[in-house]
Amino acid sequence: MDMVDLPNASSPSHLSWNGVRRGSRKAPLEWVLERCIFLVSLSAIVLVFLIFAFVLRESLPVFLGRVDSTVAQRVIPADQMDTLSSADLAKYLDLSEREFSEMDRDTLRLMMEVKGESAAEAPLDKDAGVNTASWRYLLLPHQWTGYEKPSYIWQPVSEIHKYNVVPLFIGSLKTTLVALLFSIPLALGAALYVSQLAPPRVREWLKPAIEMLAGIPSVVLGFFALIVMASVLQNLVGAESRLNAFVAGIALGLAIIPVLFSIAEDALTSVPRSYTQAALALGASQWQAAWQVVLPAALPGVFAAVLLGFGRAIGETMIVLMASGNASILSWNLLDSTRTITATIAAELAEAVFGGHHYRILFMLGTLLFAVTFFTNLLGELIIHRLNRRLEGKA
Amino acid sequence: MTSRFLILFTFGIALLSALSSTRAGAITAKGSDTLVILAQKWAEVYMRKNPSTTIQVTGGGSGTGFAALQNRTTDLCNASRPIKSKEVLACIRVFKAKPTEYRVCLDGLSVYVSEKNPVANLTMDQLKQIFTGKFDNWKQVGGPDKPIVLYSRENSSGTYEFFKEHVLGGSDFAARAQTMPGTAAVVQAIARDPYGIGYGGAAYAEGIRALKISKDSQSAPVEPTQENVANGTYPIWRYLYIYVNPALDRGEIAAYLQWIRGEEGQELVKDVGYFPVPKDLRN
Repeated sequence: MDMVDLPNASSPSHLSWNGVRRGSRKAPLEWVLERCIFLVSLSAIVLVFLIFAFVLRESLPVFLGRVDSTVAQRVIPADQMDTLSSADLAKYLDLSEREFSEMDRDTLRLMMEVKGESAAEAPLDKDAGVNTASWRYLLLPHQWTGYEKPSYIWQPVSEIHKYNVVPLFIGSLKTTLVALLFSIPLALGAALYVSQLAPPRVREWLKPAIEMLAGIPSVVLGFFALIVMASVLQNLVGAESRLNAFVAGIALGLAIIPVLFSIAEDALTSVPRSYTQAALALGASQWQAAWQVVLPAALPGVFAAVLLGFGRAIGETMIVLMASGNASILSWNLLDSTRTITATIAAELAEAVFGGHHYRILFMLGTLLFAVTFFTNLLGELIIHRLNRRLEGKA
Repeated sequence: MTSRFLILFTFGIALLSALSSTRAGAITAKGSDTLVILAQKWAEVYMRKNPSTTIQVTGGGSGTGFAALQNRTTDLCNASRPIKSKEVLACIRVFKAKPTEYRVCLDGLSVYVSEKNPVANLTMDQLKQIFTGKFDNWKQVGGPDKPIVLYSRENSSGTYEFFKEHVLGGSDFAARAQTMPGTAAVVQAIARDPYGIGYGGAAYAEGIRALKISKDSQSAPVEPTQENVANGTYPIWRYLYIYVNPALDRGEIAAYLQWIRGEEGQELVKDVGYFPVPKDLRN
C-alpha cells in the first residue's frame, strides 16, 4: 500500500536550507479563491463606507442649515410669469438649467399654478413663517399655537411641521438604559458562572443555550413583549399605558443578553489560568478567586461588552417599534409610552416626501445614530484589543 | 435532422421570449397599505378574466407610491390621501402634466372603544377634545372616572392624516397618544384596554365596539354601517384614490382603470370592507 503523501512534500525544490517546507507556491485555483475572498471582504468595507456616505449626503443639508420647512411661501401669480427673467423663474420653481430648458411654456405655467395653490392652502398661523428645520427648533422648546407652554414637540405631519428631536433622544436613552440595567447583572452573572464556577458538564450546555437567545428574531421578541409581557407587567406594576419604555426595555434587554454574555465570557475566559491558580494557592475560595481576581482583571472587557450591548440596544428597531407605544412624550417616567429614534425612522420614512424636509431630518437622525453606535462599538473593540494584549503580557 | 430540429427549437424559444416580452408590459400598482388588499383582489379577478394582462401590486405607503409614480417605476399609484402639491410639482417636472386622479372607493373610519366601556356615542367635537388631549378623563364625556388612553396611527399613514384633518380640524394629536402600526394593532390594543379609544378602517374583533358618531350635539348619533357611509350621514369617511401618469392612461391600463370604476370592480370593494363610490361621483 502506498503512503499518502502531502502534495509537493517530496519535491526538494520546496525545502529550504534546514528542511522546513515554506513558501510553497499556491495552486492557481487557491490563488484565485484567495483573491475572490479578499475582494468580497474589501467590498464589504467599501459598502459600509458607501452606505454611510449616502446617509450623510441625504442629511447634510440639515447639518448645514440649508433645509427650509417654512410653511408660508412667497407666491408669484401665474399671470406675472412674463415679468420674471428665466433665471428667476427657474429659481422660483426650483428647476435646474437643463430641466428649465426642456420645459415648454404651458408646463411652466402649470407648475406656477400648482405652486400658487399649495401656498394658498398654507395656514395662517403665527409660526407659519418659521423654519422649523433649523437647529433652534430642533433642540429647544417653543410655544406653538394651541399649546399652553413652550414644549418639545415632535409632530412632523402637521400644518406647522414640528421637529423637536429631544423627546426621541430621551426615548432612545430611556429604553436603552432599562435594557442595560436589566441585562448587565443577568449576563455578567451568567458569564462569571459559566467561565469560572460551573462544572465543565454544565458549561457545555449552558453556554450554547444562552447564546441561542441571539437566534430569536427581534420581531418575535417584540411580538412576545407586545402580547404577553406587556399584560403581565401591567398587572404587576399597574402602569396606565400597557406599552411603555419599561416593557420595551425589558424585551430589548433579552435581545442584548447574548451579546453581553458572549463578550464578557470571552474576556473572563481569556484571563490566564495562572491568575486563578495563584489565588487558589494563596487560600482563596473559588468564588473569591472569580470575584476578586478574575473579574477585576477582565474588567475592561466587561466594560467593552456593556458598550457593545449599548450599541446594539440603541440601534435595535423592531422590538421598540412594537412594544414601546411610540408616543413622543418628553418624560423620564419609565411607565410612560415612549418613541425612540429607530422606531421613528422605521415608521415615518416610508411616507416622507423624498428629498423633503421630513425625509432629510429622518436621515439626520440616522446619521447621529450611526455616529453614536460607530463610536461606542469602536471604543468597545479598542478596549478588547488592548485587554487581550495586556493579558498576553505584550503591553 | 438534428440540426434542423435545433434551429426550430431555438426559433421557438426566440418566439416565446419575444411574446413574453410583449406580455411583460405588466401593469404595476404601488402605494397605500390601506388599499393593498383591495388592489390585490382587483388584480386577481381582472387577471382571471383577462389572462393576457399581468398586474403586480405592492404596498409601502402612499408616499412611496407617489415617489414611484414620479420616478416612473410604477404605472398606478394607490393612495389613501389626495396628492400633495409638492408631489404634483415633482410629477409635472417628469411628465409635463398633472397626474390623473381617480376615486376608486369610499372608506368609513370607525372610532373604537372596549366593549366594557359604557360610552356609546360621541359628537365630532368631543372626539376632537379627546384626541387633542383637552379631555383626559372619561367622565368628561359621560363615562366612568377613569383616564382616557389614546391609540392613534403612525403619522405615515393616510388614515392618521385624514383623521387629523377632518376630526381634529388640523390640530395636533396629544403627544401621549400611542401610535400603532395598523388598524388591527389599534383594535388589538383596545380589546385589552377597557379605557382605550382609537380609530381605524372597518375591523372586527372580540371585545371592541364601534361608537356611534353625531355631527354635532343636535344631530342623532349614526352607526358606521355601509348604508350610512354610502349616503353620507356617517360623518367620518374619505375617498381612496388611484393616480396615473396621463400619458400611460390608455390601452390596457385605461381598460383596467375603467373596469375598477365600473360595476364589477365596485362590487368587489365591499368584499374587503370598503364602500363603492356613488355612481354620480365616479369620475
